[in-house]
Amino acid sequence: MSDTQTFLDTLKKRSQQREAEPTWIAARRQAGAARFEALGFPTRRDEEWKYTDVRSIAQGNFALSDNADFSPAQAAALTLPVDAYRLTFVDGVYAPALSDVDALPESVHVLPLSKALSENHEAVGGPLGRLTGVEFSSFAALNTAFMEEGAVVRIAPGTVVDKPIVLQFLSRANSAPVMSHPRILVEAGGRSEATLIEHYCGELEAANFTNVVGEFMLDRGAILNHYKLQEAPLNDMHVASMHVEQGRDTGYTSYNLNLGGALVRNDLISDLNGQGAETHFYGLFFGQGRQHVDNHTKVNHYAPLTFSNENYKGILDDRAHGVFNGKVYVKRDSQKIEGFQSNQNLLLSDRAQIDAKPELEIYADDVKCSHGTTTGQLDEEAIYALRTRGIDEATARGLLTLAFAGEVLEKVTLDAIAERVELAVAGKLPERFNLAGLVETAVALND
Amino acid sequence: MLQVTDLHVTVEDKEILKGLTLTINAGEVHAIMGPNGAGKSTLSAVIAGKDGYEVTQGSITFEGKDVLEMEIEERAQAGLLLGFQYPVEIPGVKNIYLLKSALNAQRKARGLEDMPAPEFMKLVKEKLGFMKMDASFLQRAVNEGFSGGEKKRNEILQMLVLQPKLAMLDEIDSGLDIDAMKVVADGVNSLRAEERAILLVTHYQRLLDYIVPDKVHVLVDGRIVKTGDAELAKQLEANGYEGIEESAA
Repeated sequence: MSDTQTFLDTLKKRSQQREAEPTWIAARRQAGAARFEALGFPTRRDEEWKYTDVRSIAQGNFALSDNADFSPAQAAALTLPVDAYRLTFVDGVYAPALSDVDALPESVHVLPLSKALSENHEAVGGPLGRLTGVEFSSFAALNTAFMEEGAVVRIAPGTVVDKPIVLQFLSRANSAPVMSHPRILVEAGGRSEATLIEHYCGELEAANFTNVVGEFMLDRGAILNHYKLQEAPLNDMHVASMHVEQGRDTGYTSYNLNLGGALVRNDLISDLNGQGAETHFYGLFFGQGRQHVDNHTKVNHYAPLTFSNENYKGILDDRAHGVFNGKVYVKRDSQKIEGFQSNQNLLLSDRAQIDAKPELEIYADDVKCSHGTTTGQLDEEAIYALRTRGIDEATARGLLTLAFAGEVLEKVTLDAIAERVELAVAGKLPERFNLAGLVETAVALND
Repeated sequence: MLQVTDLHVTVEDKEILKGLTLTINAGEVHAIMGPNGAGKSTLSAVIAGKDGYEVTQGSITFEGKDVLEMEIEERAQAGLLLGFQYPVEIPGVKNIYLLKSALNAQRKARGLEDMPAPEFMKLVKEKLGFMKMDASFLQRAVNEGFSGGEKKRNEILQMLVLQPKLAMLDEIDSGLDIDAMKVVADGVNSLRAEERAILLVTHYQRLLDYIVPDKVHVLVDGRIVKTGDAELAKQLEANGYEGIEESAA
């Protein structure tokens, strides 16, 4: 039996259980299945998957979860301590008891996909799949075939959302592994402003497969800060296909923080379609054990006077393997654009590995673009210097590792997230590394 | 306070220190002088615990404890602090964080609570002023992009905040112009106290015009060949090391 067949069989079984659904959904589901069947899972012969072997997914046999049972106490321990509007999913199934969107203002809709479809499926049908359709990739096609749940976020024009919107995905240590195919659809109205946090976490022993598709549409002048924090379980497999569409004068910032997962692959694409659109990609991936973390990003400068800045940092320990592939594409005659890209990697062990590939493709002549990638180790001289000041070795290593991550981490303005990342990357340090407050005190004292 | 006895040290199988003996008591300022290659920097590096130095014979004790059995950080926590000849740049680690982590690590080792932030900032601000450094230094990464003089001042600043029992300063005067040297010397002199000792390692007598030592040792070929007071340094300046080597031979 071929790898795809297991998945198609599961799909068929699911379809038989499912109640009748609108024809457009059934049609897309079929298109997804057909596309997935035709493409199969990518192999390392595919240029885009050269360094990432997905056989652990392809050869897996994943069931679909039918409940969202999760102990509230345990969920609370995993939940980010952020005052937020929150939707929670357990192995892909919506968990109303662990969600809190009651206080949402009228101008902001945050609802599970299932509810959005039952309330007004036509409103979803238009945008869903427009950016990350079945053509996006084999995984996106697979997601489309299975799509049932996820989150729909609609922000009315001019609305500044007062609290972050958290989409929390919990993974359970099931007796047999499960898969989920969440969809995230965000429509940010003109001049709206919001912070969205995708948070993936779960029970330490979990070993499930998450195949998420995200579509983010920013209307003229909209600002979206998008965090994707992906923590333990270390045995989860995680594939994300994210496509952002930016209209004129929009600002999109991605904070892609990968800490967990046996196999992680992120595809993040932003299309800068209108003048003045600006995109920032900040990434930090930390791998240990035998983790494999692959980040593929692409910025498409489709319009003149657009700006992009990308900074990805990788920290790899033990036998972890990291991949970074960043593309910047400048369309013909997209003049006066600026595109910057930087990728730096830190190898904490001799057996850790990184494959880094920055790519520029420019078809305009009046542009400012740069890219670069470096890989190195912790500076032993610096560790010694810190120890001679009384700082123990583990703390010294932690400090230097965090210092490496600093350029990315200092952009993370949400303390709850920065702290999680610091703890994961550097272990427990004497105090918060980011001492902005202290320095302000110093300056004040000087006055 | 510090007792070095018959110390033999090899680096890459080459013997550098060949039976060095030195006693430093609280309240004293010692200077070790000597020609290049005599082993001056080796001595401070071994006391601080740098890798690559093998002690084949002899002992080092600090307040009665065996220094060679202590981890690098334990030596610092106990009050043994080395100021580097070439302070290393540590990108991404702010000075303020280094100072705070180091001070609190030392306090923790001594069973004290972390210093409260306002008290800490008051202390740092005062020391900054003394070293003629402004608050922006705190936000800069340790030594990154610092001039030679700034790096040396930063070493002394760390000493002033951490208040070691024994401050060892390795060629703290190298690369300093006269104004910077005065600031550094003022900083070192402010550390002089009954309960504290200072060990200066230097090639030139010039520094000792500003920091007058109680004792001067001449280190030649891995041994202390002569010990005297500040006058000895002046003689060295006038006659060079050759005369000493001959008289020692």
